[in-house]
Amino acid sequence: MANNHIDLVVEPGEIHALLGENGAGKSTLMNILYGLLHPDEGEIMVDGTARRFRGPGDAIDAGIGMVHQHFMLVPVFTVTENVMLGAETTRAAGVLDRRSARARVLEVSERYRLPVDPDAEVADLPVGVQQRVEIVKALVREVDLLILDEPTAVLTPQETDELLEVMRGLKESGKSIVFITHKLREVKAIADRITVIRRGAVVGTARPDASEDELASMMVGRTVKLRVDKSAAAPGEPVLTVRDLSVFDDRGHEAVAGTSLEVRAGEVLAVAGVQGNGQTELVEAIMGLRPVAGGTVELSGRDLAGRSTKEILRAGVAYVPEDRSVDGLVRDFTVAENLILDQYDQPPFASGLALRPAAIAQAARERVAEFDVRTSSPQATVGTLSGGNQQKVIIARELTRKVKLLVAAQPTRGVDVGSTQFIHARVIQERDGGAAVLLVSSELDEVLALADRIAVMYRGRILDTVGPDTPRERIGLLMAGVTEETVDETAGGDETAGGEA
Amino acid sequence: MTTLTVYDTPRAKPATGFWTRDRKAGAVFLVLGVLATVLFTGLARSGAGARFVWGVSSVGAGLSIPAKAGAAIFGVVCALCGAALLTGRAERWLRWLAGLALVTLVLSFLCWQVAGQAMPLGSMAQATVKAALPLVFGALCGVLCERSAVINVAIEGQLLTGAFMAALVGTVAASAWAGLVAAALGGVFIALLLAVLAIRYLVDQVVLGVVLNVLALGLTGFLFTQLMQQHGDKYNFPPTFPAWHIPGLASIPIIGPALFQSNIFGYLAIVLVIVVHFALFHTRWGLRTRAVGEHPTAADTVGINVRGTRYRNVLLGGVIAGIGGASLTIGDVGSFTNNMTNGRGFIALAALIFGRWSPIGATMAALLFGFTTALAGYLPLVGSTIPSEFLNMLPYAATIVAVAGLVGRVRAPAADGQPYVKG
Repeated sequence: MANNHIDLVVEPGEIHALLGENGAGKSTLMNILYGLLHPDEGEIMVDGTARRFRGPGDAIDAGIGMVHQHFMLVPVFTVTENVMLGAETTRAAGVLDRRSARARVLEVSERYRLPVDPDAEVADLPVGVQQRVEIVKALVREVDLLILDEPTAVLTPQETDELLEVMRGLKESGKSIVFITHKLREVKAIADRITVIRRGAVVGTARPDASEDELASMMVGRTVKLRVDKSAAAPGEPVLTVRDLSVFDDRGHEAVAGTSLEVRAGEVLAVAGVQGNGQTELVEAIMGLRPVAGGTVELSGRDLAGRSTKEILRAGVAYVPEDRSVDGLVRDFTVAENLILDQYDQPPFASGLALRPAAIAQAARERVAEFDVRTSSPQATVGTLSGGNQQKVIIARELTRKVKLLVAAQPTRGVDVGSTQFIHARVIQERDGGAAVLLVSSELDEVLALADRIAVMYRGRILDTVGPDTPRERIGLLMAGVTEETVDETAGGDETAGGEA
Repeated sequence: MTTLTVYDTPRAKPATGFWTRDRKAGAVFLVLGVLATVLFTGLARSGAGARFVWGVSSVGAGLSIPAKAGAAIFGVVCALCGAALLTGRAERWLRWLAGLALVTLVLSFLCWQVAGQAMPLGSMAQATVKAALPLVFGALCGVLCERSAVINVAIEGQLLTGAFMAALVGTVAASAWAGLVAAALGGVFIALLLAVLAIRYLVDQVVLGVVLNVLALGLTGFLFTQLMQQHGDKYNFPPTFPAWHIPGLASIPIIGPALFQSNIFGYLAIVLVIVVHFALFHTRWGLRTRAVGEHPTAADTVGINVRGTRYRNVLLGGVIAGIGGASLTIGDVGSFTNNMTNGRGFIALAALIFGRWSPIGATMAALLFGFTTALAGYLPLVGSTIPSEFLNMLPYAATIVAVAGLVGRVRAPAADGQPYVKG
């Protein structure tokens, strides 16, 4: 059950934050409210009358709009086409009236200060602008309540600030907003009221002046430490050396354009940046999953380019892929089987052509215990585990080998706070054991918690590498592609440039 | 002072490097052009002329071209078009240059083959359109299905069922119009099976299409042997639609006889292509259909009924394919024979891909494929040594080239073949 007897009241002109961990049931609740899923019990009241939504069309008619976490835009359509879809203005015989639709887009975009180019093709727009298109799409339908599902997950800190500004503007013009997030900072900055959800049930409400620690413990159900304990790094020899790397993405664009970086033994190098700036391709190229178009990748002086992933893993690289359900695990295999995916053909798990189930089961029991994987049995299929426990299975598999280099991409995405703490501690443990760690994360909090050095990636390039004490604002600007040539800076200049970028 | 650098390099930098789309096409045409010049000129009979007649018979006004010189000149023009594209500076003219290169390549070939003979262009055009007609209907059916993300490999079966039903019901009711309606219903019958199994029961669409083709072949074959072979006059002797000549237009050289002396199917095809093309890109129905084909979840979240749209399009496609099948019986020979579609549904599918899922593009591809069929019928008449099987293979070869991306990017609707499951 994803939602259990939840009561939620949103007043007109209010920004209501729905705070909860990954997997707490926030999105399920909102999808019910938006008519995408149907409630088994309970009712939805709009302006005092009970409504039954058969689909999103009904919800829109009732004045509810939603900006989904994964944008609901057709990439090959223009902005106008996307906005008009489903609410087309037509002339005789269903012929589209593009001109009036375009005018409507411009009108809404000006009124709410959401600049968008009505004729641009959505696929060509940056994520921040696509989000604006989504908001315009809802506003054109004259909704009174706007649901924003994890809207800041894909934004730079500056873009986040802009979004918060837009939300304030909408509130002033009388719209209600439900703001779904797990980021405490943003909640405190904007919300009028906060409802906290845990395991599908409301555990309480709070006011924005509550402290972050209070909110966090409500969200998780026990007191949590938000910081990771770690001592200063003691970097040794360079382990991973990437020089002038160039890699193409699936569409044939140069996603990594002449990137160089170095990770040394005993340190964590974090690659920060908004998702989609070449981090995925960088990691895939290092792991031999994507061809290297130019430059070199060396592991302790040995060239890795052109080698198979198997060779790279055997050379002492551990890999936590960013999409665990697609690249990290075989969902229909058991936990035990997933734990030996990398060593199934080696003793003690194999002898000749045959697998040795006893050895596999034994190893699985040990690792499940060591890595605190919460599963009914090592023989349960991995798909039945929660996101956090699935991730722990991957970590357990990868860290059982002798690790020289750990490549971890988004290691805690969609993972609950408890598992996140465990995973963070393991990463630091590997570092202290002398491994080099390349962490790729689009969560700035995670980067700041773990990194010894931070490389900010923007449009396929490392713009700058900075220390872990660098202010968030500076890293945020780098994530938006703004570099300062001189050290001393003025805040005013930053804001202008950030706005343009 | 603060210096701020905002990186804003556009990301659209194609990976292909030197070998861009126009250069690839250019290289292919350059090689073919040179080969044509050397081979066709060398093989053409010297002193003979190739005569191209405008009308439908081999006598009449026309143009005589010295075979050797013609083969050489056309081959060189083709090579020059290729060379122009290869420079990489003619990308804007890609479409025109590629078209010209293709035409001159064919002409160079014809100069060799027709040497000492005459080719009636009017009847060639007629044969081309006749061969292309079922392909156009089939490809339009494919456009409707695949633009809403249902892969339809069963076009062959729909054409066959349409052809059979038209012959059967047309004979029994003694009316071509009744046959036409029955054909549409036959196409819808296969479409309904496809739609329910693919959209509701999530069966793999390619496998399903293949199975439906076998079903249609078996069913029509069985009924053909049981009913039609024994009592041909009772069950397989339908009235056919007469040709309608449009005065004036019908006497335009070359294309007049092909386009304006046809029967209802020819005119219906022209109207349908234009209507479907316009509707797909300029109406509410088209916008929603394309949205459902590209990003069904996005369509759902703005209140569009995804499955409903798919059902409607697949069934509508069935109507069109069924009518296309009827064009083979009550629009042409006037009787049904076992497996009479003989792979046309698959060539229609090829035309759909070659024409990049656009109604007009698919029609152009269908005409090109129709021309190879017409050529395969004509060449034996002038004693050519080229086996007709070779020409019949060309549509498939061309499709493989197209799908391999050699003539530009071919992109199917993003959700093509994926069933839509909520949640």
